[in-house]
Amino acid sequence: MSFLEVTAFLFDGFLISLLIFAVTLLCGAPLGLPIAFCSMSRFKPVKVISKVIVWIVRGVPLMLQIFIIYYVPGLLFHVPIFSRMDRFFFINYGIQDSGRIAAVLIAFSINYACYFSEIYRGGIESISRGQYEAGYVLGLTKSQIFRKIILKQVVQRIVPPMSNEIITLIKDTALANCIIVCEIIKQAKELAATKALIWPLFYTGVFYLVFVGILTIVLGRVEKKLSYFRS
Amino acid sequence: MPLLEAVNLKKSFGKTEVLKGISFSLDRGEVLAIIGSSGSGKTTLLRCLNFLELPDEGCITVGGQVLYDGADVSTLSDETIRQNRLHFGLVFQNFNLFPQYNALENVTLAPTLLKKGTQEEIDANARKLLDQVGLSDKLMNYPYQLSGGQQQRVAIARALALRPQVLCFDEPTSALDPELTGEVLRVIRGLKDRDTTMIVVTHEMDFARNVADKIIYMADGVIEEMGTPEEVFEHPQSNKTKMFLRGAQNDFS
Ligand SMILES: Nc1ncnc2c1ncn2[C@@H]1O[C@H](COP(=O)(O)OP(=O)(O)OP(=O)(O)O)[C@@H](O)[C@H]1O
Ligand SMILES: [Mg+2]
Repeated sequence: MSFLEVTAFLFDGFLISLLIFAVTLLCGAPLGLPIAFCSMSRFKPVKVISKVIVWIVRGVPLMLQIFIIYYVPGLLFHVPIFSRMDRFFFINYGIQDSGRIAAVLIAFSINYACYFSEIYRGGIESISRGQYEAGYVLGLTKSQIFRKIILKQVVQRIVPPMSNEIITLIKDTALANCIIVCEIIKQAKELAATKALIWPLFYTGVFYLVFVGILTIVLGRVEKKLSYFRS
Repeated sequence: MPLLEAVNLKKSFGKTEVLKGISFSLDRGEVLAIIGSSGSGKTTLLRCLNFLELPDEGCITVGGQVLYDGADVSTLSDETIRQNRLHFGLVFQNFNLFPQYNALENVTLAPTLLKKGTQEEIDANARKLLDQVGLSDKLMNYPYQLSGGQQQRVAIARALALRPQVLCFDEPTSALDPELTGEVLRVIRGLKDRDTTMIVVTHEMDFARNVADKIIYMADGVIEEMGTPEEVFEHPQSNKTKMFLRGAQNDFS
């Protein structure tokens, strides 16, 4: 196989990695917000349930969570829910199509939502009471205070830890190969097995590095853009 | 009829009784200075007037309208409390400006959100107020680009923008370097000349003596002594007051 052919083959896999990355961000980031609010709820049961969920999801290896989400529904109900979803949403990439990608996307989204929720919570709780009180005294409503005063300060504070998580996420997508989703590492292993080529496995690193480089620049810009004020 | 009447305000935090029945009244255009040692409940009293804390007991009346009555739960809904707050303004010890907004935006934010006029009116009024506190050249500065004294003056303009009937100050100069207190106190004195009704908690005895129409000395959650500056400073009746004033004097000599 030529270098170009290997690159194209690996790139197919990297598209799956990017798909997992994008869907996890798009689902996990918003989902983290209600979890954060539940964790800060004054209503005890909600708070406890939310904290237990976050504890479990952050306390168990992501790989195990992928296995659980992929296998347990089938074991319980004997229904191939995920494979229907896969056929509906995704092009068949030639693997035996049985809901692997859908399971991975769900596991990643839940897992990252919990990590994000803790970042949000830390950010929100770090804003001083004085900011809320200044808003109250001016006759603003709770929702106006959150949207117009608190939110931007929180965003400014959470961008650095979010950047870290986002960079970790692209590397975590490699875990999807534990249930034979054809992301880039799985593709490289495929080449090792069928063509006895070992170097493509090391070559995958370049794909990650380039993407992380782009992310670093973009996230750095966002951080800079938000640094026009100090709180 | 007095503009503000507080009757028998009481407030406890758990077992600590912080306000033990505070009653006073204030006429339109009057300046009341509240003095007293640390922990006597001065901040708590201002927070009750601004409904950041709800008194356990007592009544707050402004311009004849009962804003709060500890015995009447209908004065307790979130929306009522929010409306009531608009009768008062509060300037905090540590300013609490909104860091992501510049000086002008800090002043216009609340009037804009509360739709207190057209954007042009709100803007013009904010510029006028910032000019009045001597900051017409700092409109576009963010709080971190301002000195403490300048930040506090923005905070005063921000509070004035909603035209509160009573403006409260909680030790407005005690977070400032000594050389910056003057500029803030001068602004407050300027407001008195425009007939702003004010309550100022302060440790600046000279300021209280020269600017206030009325002095309250608080000790352990009660009003220990109340009267004109002349009465309280020159002829204090209670021993506690005498001791406090002597202590305050020793600080400076
Ligand atoms: N939220 C709260 N929870 C419990 N105790 C409180 C609370 N707020 C105030 N206190 C207590 O109430 C008392 C009076 O506090 P307050 O802040 O009103 O005093 P102060 O007269 O403003 O003092 P200072 O001159 O130091 O500002 C203090 O003993 C304080 O510990
Ligand atoms: Mg105080």
